[in-house]
Amino acid sequence: MPNWLYQRLGDRLFSLSIVILASGVIVAALLVFWVLYRGSQEAFATFGFWGFLTGSRWDAVRGMFGAWPPLLGTLITSAAALFLAFFPALATALFVVEFSGGRLREVVAYLIDLLAALPSVVYGLWGIFVLVPVVRAYVELPLFSWAAAHAPGLLPLLGPPTGIGLLSAILVLALMIVPYASALARDALALVPQSQREAMYALGATRWEVIRRVVIPYARAGIFSGVVLALARALGETMAVTMLIGNSVNLPYTLFGPAATMASLIANEFTEAEQDLHLSALIAVGFVLLLIALLTNLVATWILGRMSHGEGRK
Amino acid sequence: MSLRRRYFRDRLMQLLVYLGTLVVLLPLFFILYYVFVQGIGALNLEFFTREPAPPGEAGGGMLPAIVGSLVVDLLALFFAAVFGIAAGILLAEYPDHPLNPFLRLVSDVMAGLPAILMGLVAFVLVVKPMGHFSGLSGAVALALIMVPIITRATEGVLKLIPWEITEAGLALGLPRWRVISSLVLPAARGGILTGLMLALARGAGEAAPLLFTAFGNPFLTLNPLEPMDTLPLKLYVYAISPYEDWHRQAWGAALILAAAIMLANYLARRATRTGGQPR
Repeated sequence: MPNWLYQRLGDRLFSLSIVILASGVIVAALLVFWVLYRGSQEAFATFGFWGFLTGSRWDAVRGMFGAWPPLLGTLITSAAALFLAFFPALATALFVVEFSGGRLREVVAYLIDLLAALPSVVYGLWGIFVLVPVVRAYVELPLFSWAAAHAPGLLPLLGPPTGIGLLSAILVLALMIVPYASALARDALALVPQSQREAMYALGATRWEVIRRVVIPYARAGIFSGVVLALARALGETMAVTMLIGNSVNLPYTLFGPAATMASLIANEFTEAEQDLHLSALIAVGFVLLLIALLTNLVATWILGRMSHGEGRK
Repeated sequence: MSLRRRYFRDRLMQLLVYLGTLVVLLPLFFILYYVFVQGIGALNLEFFTREPAPPGEAGGGMLPAIVGSLVVDLLALFFAAVFGIAAGILLAEYPDHPLNPFLRLVSDVMAGLPAILMGLVAFVLVVKPMGHFSGLSGAVALALIMVPIITRATEGVLKLIPWEITEAGLALGLPRWRVISSLVLPAARGGILTGLMLALARGAGEAAPLLFTAFGNPFLTLNPLEPMDTLPLKLYVYAISPYEDWHRQAWGAALILAAAIMLANYLARRATRTGGQPR
């Protein structure tokens, strides 16, 4: 092989093929956006973008599609799951970094990561056959009968105590997003320099005071972005929620009663959608979900970039 | 604040941290326990070697779903590896390339997107033009999920390979492409394989994007142009069905899935600990 062929042409060809394949990734991402955008046009043209978002009736038979019920369902489940998951997630991160060492630390870290690795359908299966009966028998029925006897005004908020509904979905969702918040918090806590802790101990602080005043403030960027990433997970989580939430697009949503999220609505109805408008409305729901997920991820990146400035984070 | 109160608060918070950890780990143990105990009872020869029984009848197995999982997941891994590894090489070995800022942004954004959206995209791009559901469209959806994982892992490992290796190769008069393909990539092989394994583990557990792409198929097929079943898909269908025997088999599928994914993660973790790999 002549030298120029080996040197020049080889390099050209190699870098060209790498660039072409890598641009394939960019093209794929743009395609995701474009496909969802195009697919949702029919629904937006029929109901208007804001009309679609705020329409509170989703009725495939009548051809009425308003995304407010699933949008609200997504917001409720994600916010509630995040609220439930935040302190346990922070606790696990603190446990791994501050309160354990050696073998125990490794095992607990592995177990937390395992929570993220387990497939969504497995959570759903466990939820249906183990969690739902427990929630129904020990949480919903007692609360329901107490409310029926003492505070009938609460009943419309509670809804039917069947076990399948918002509450079960929220509980499983909370468990599923813990590892995402925990992992980032753990990394951030581990990056806090030992000298910072030692300085505080030298001043006579207790362990908790060191954590509260030094470690957590130092790591707050990582903790916050972990929270936002966990939120992004919760927004898009599909299978476990679909299996537990009861899939009803009728407002108003109650704590125990069935509901729907954007992801669960798509999972549930897409294969059955026959009219073009119905398909388009479901893709439009996907497009809205895409916008929300994009926004959440950008916020997480922004927090991590902005808050870590000037804090000596590597 | 008195010393006693400060000590008390210290103890209290320690207790709360332990409790919080327990609150997370207990459900995990319960899940693993139920998956193992319920799943082990469902595993027998029939489970691995038979096609599913008609609805309501006892017996039958998961053969089409197991085979389908292998076909769809490996096909997806192949697509994703071709593009993802190339993107990782571009990011790490050509750091000044003008595409890189976009590439990095795009792969970060893709990694955070809900998996079900990839299913919608694969439906519009593959299922609609073909006119029917197919294993191929499922593989495309899963590949979209896997690509950012592989890109990130590949970039991470390649950056860990000392720059001196590249310089040494160039000093010997090797062209750039030989340096990358014969020096840098072999040195990073373990890490890249780890990334592929993690991507496979992630994709293998997904059911959401397959609902309206691979769709499911009770008959054994090796042809990815036909609808195919995968384990997570079958698990979902069986779990929400009203049949006792299908529930039993769903637990069996959960056990196999969980075991496979735990194994893949464990291997990836061990590989990361022993060699010069990312993180």
